[in-house]
Amino acid sequence: MKVLYFAWLRERVGLAEEEVAPPAEVVTVADLARWLAAQDEAHAYAFDNPAVVRAAIDRRHVKPDSAIAGAREVAFFPPMTGG
Amino acid sequence: MFAVRIQREPFDAVAESAALAAGRTDVGAIVTFTGLCRADAGPDGAGLAALTLEHYPGMAEEEIERHVEEARRRWPLTGAIVVHRHGRLEPGDPIVFVATASSHRAAAFAAAEFLMDWLKTSAPFWKKEEPAGAARSGGWVEAKASDDAAADRWRE
Repeated sequence: MKVLYFAWLRERVGLAEEEVAPPAEVVTVADLARWLAAQDEAHAYAFDNPAVVRAAIDRRHVKPDSAIAGAREVAFFPPMTGG
Repeated sequence: MFAVRIQREPFDAVAESAALAAGRTDVGAIVTFTGLCRADAGPDGAGLAALTLEHYPGMAEEEIERHVEEARRRWPLTGAIVVHRHGRLEPGDPIVFVATASSHRAAAFAAAEFLMDWLKTSAPFWKKEEPAGAARSGGWVEAKASDDAAADRWRE
């Protein structure tokens, strides 16, 4: 699946998007964040405070306990500041 | 007419508003809101040279469209236009435009406020500050609890 990062998560990871293939035990959005954080220091830095990270699956806001099964695109980003 | 646009270019608030009434006689009220980049933001009130707005292409449009649909379910609107800019914007530049049209003013006022309150907290945009003076580096604007509270008022 494709993972997208925005704002300071993008800056910390050093990538706007990447293709990932997490193992089967990665079930929820929170699992995916933990799995990504374990990849390297840049990802660990991006996810060092998971409580402030928001997520979307296929362009819809989701909660950390949402299942990622079937997702084409999972995005991680800080709380929004538009308007 | 219902439209949501995300664009780098400036918008013409008067022309956008006029489009909501063009060719029809059932529109009794148009409420418009324009949000501008302020200079007094910035870290420690040091002043701002610019804001850079990042967005999630695709989701930004879809998320605002979902709230326009919700506004149409709640109020008898004849039209609504939302325009949100991205890229680098300087103090005084318009950032966001919301216009709502209805036969009567109450629906237009309420729907415009509803759309702005949700846009602030759920449309995927992020602002990065570019402080005045080159001495310091900018940071990402943090979300405000008061904006969450404003959006929460509309929960049924």
